[in-house]
Amino acid sequence: MADVTQNSAPDTRFELIMNFWRHFRTNKGAVAGLIFFLALVVVALLASVIAPHSAIELNSDSLLLPPVWQEGGNWTYILGTDAIGRDLLSRLIYGSQYSLFIGVVVVSVALVVGVCLGLIAGTFGGWIDTVIMRIMDIILAFPSLLLALVLVAVLGPSLINAMIAIAVVQQPYYVRLTRASVMSEMSREYVMAARVSGVRTMRLMFVTVLPNCMAPLIVQAALSFSTAILDAAALGFLGMGAQPPTPEWGTMLAESREFILRAPWVVTFPGLAILSTVLAINLIGDGLRDALDPKLKRS
Amino acid sequence: MLRLILKKIGLLVPTFIGVTLTSFFFIRLLPGDPILLLAGERGVDPERYQELMVKFGYNEPIWQQYLSYLGKLFQGDLGVSIVTKQPVLQEFMTLFPATVELGVCAIIFAIVVGLPAGIIAAVKRGKTLDHSVMTTALVGYSMPIFWWGLLLIILFSGTLGWTPVSGRIDLINYWIDEPVTGFMLIDTWFVDQPGAFASAVQHLILPTVVLGTIPLAVIARQTRSAMLEVLDEDYVRTARAKGLSNFRVIGVHALRNALIPVITIIGLQIGVLFAGAILTENIFSWPGVGKWMVDSIFRRDYPSVQGGLLMIAVIVMIVNLVVDLLYGLINPKIRHTE
Repeated sequence: MADVTQNSAPDTRFELIMNFWRHFRTNKGAVAGLIFFLALVVVALLASVIAPHSAIELNSDSLLLPPVWQEGGNWTYILGTDAIGRDLLSRLIYGSQYSLFIGVVVVSVALVVGVCLGLIAGTFGGWIDTVIMRIMDIILAFPSLLLALVLVAVLGPSLINAMIAIAVVQQPYYVRLTRASVMSEMSREYVMAARVSGVRTMRLMFVTVLPNCMAPLIVQAALSFSTAILDAAALGFLGMGAQPPTPEWGTMLAESREFILRAPWVVTFPGLAILSTVLAINLIGDGLRDALDPKLKRS
Repeated sequence: MLRLILKKIGLLVPTFIGVTLTSFFFIRLLPGDPILLLAGERGVDPERYQELMVKFGYNEPIWQQYLSYLGKLFQGDLGVSIVTKQPVLQEFMTLFPATVELGVCAIIFAIVVGLPAGIIAAVKRGKTLDHSVMTTALVGYSMPIFWWGLLLIILFSGTLGWTPVSGRIDLINYWIDEPVTGFMLIDTWFVDQPGAFASAVQHLILPTVVLGTIPLAVIARQTRSAMLEVLDEDYVRTARAKGLSNFRVIGVHALRNALIPVITIIGLQIGVLFAGAILTENIFSWPGVGKWMVDSIFRRDYPSVQGGLLMIAVIVMIVNLVVDLLYGLINPKIRHTE
């Protein structure tokens, strides 16, 4: 983003955004990902209107009903029903709310905490920097899913605790990124100028330097949005995330595991939902990276 | 070089202390009384409770408890499992070869498929083949592997009946009394039971594919971008100008230089592999440390969780250190600037 500012010198924020959009638009995959993602947001927001049935209501007369295109399926339950007769399509629709909620919360928490720590480490240096970075090294020494699992074991299995655990294991990446860009920005002349003119440290950190470190952070946010959804689903799958009867996609998979050979559809659709959501977000992430970082685009 | 090695090891000391602190505080942060947790669901009478408090040192100041924990660690004492009453380290070491075997097979699979895929994509840049390889790689990278495993079970074990669903070997027909190495592929090779090796291979196929999927995608993407960078270099153009065959230019001149960043990425997959092993072993009932960790959490066998957490973190640290040093060996630029 810094390069964009220097090369074409757009004087308004609007032009900056248009410039970015021109780059982003050329990437067909990224645009497709964005369209899918926006559609998912609409589905999540209108879940109670769109969903044909309740997500948790049981229908004991229609257990493990196959989807409509298979023999025995019917139009009342388009994607079929699960082992206790809940409508799969409705559960998937309500599940989108959870996945997006998880992504938003985890990324916001990890981003805010990570950026603050990274700014502090990069601005002040010295022992504060050392302490913060050593703690991040310790978090990164553990495989992320393992640490998240153990954190949930300490906190108790629930969706909120799973989100906290995932945010904790993800924020070191934000700290490292912010610190690295802050340190490279600190030696620039505009920072020196701001310092000389007596700008207070807080203002220097958040108003002068931070906006110029945003590009890698935005890309990281997109990538960790998808990782958050994947990890939360994995925790749900292991029984350590959202608890039944929550229609979270990973938890749905865990509940239907024992029926995989008898009723493959109860396993297929929740996983497909996770995969397509994560794929869409990763496509957007790749597009953002190409559009925001001209250096990487060439490769 | 020796100075570099010592310096890198020195940098790891604070992380190591942090890891031990994490595993030390893990048991103490759990909600509830540590002795009652250790006693499990049976509970203890007050007299025995006091005895245990003294025995485990919970009545001492916290820093003293930490020091004695560290002291025990260096003697290889990671505590005793509540469930099996076996030393945690021994349990870990019995199960660890299964995880290593699976991990090694998965990373070999990822390299054997991912590396050529990345090279082909780079050479056919912008063509349909490039797009399809990269799209596939992105799908693989976005894959919830716990679902991927279930899908493969539905197809290959359910519909086609080609592969078994769980375990490391067909336990009805074959048995390994005294595992020599703990690696099923090696042990079955030397045991005098016809078909045992084939059974072990069959059991390995699906878990290998599942665990290898994400590293494969990462390797393919990384190889492609490293190759693209190298293919633009002057020495590649020179090699082409000299009239060398396309195969030689790409396979020797370009690949050798493109491999440097790729090897680092492969090394960094160790953490990803451990995280993936937790899920893969769970799906396929693979008796390795990943499944053991999850089972231990559910059984509230906290000494096992604590010990496993520490062991895995230490192993990841050591592997990353080795990769870091190898990187210095193959890339002289790094070695000299240090």
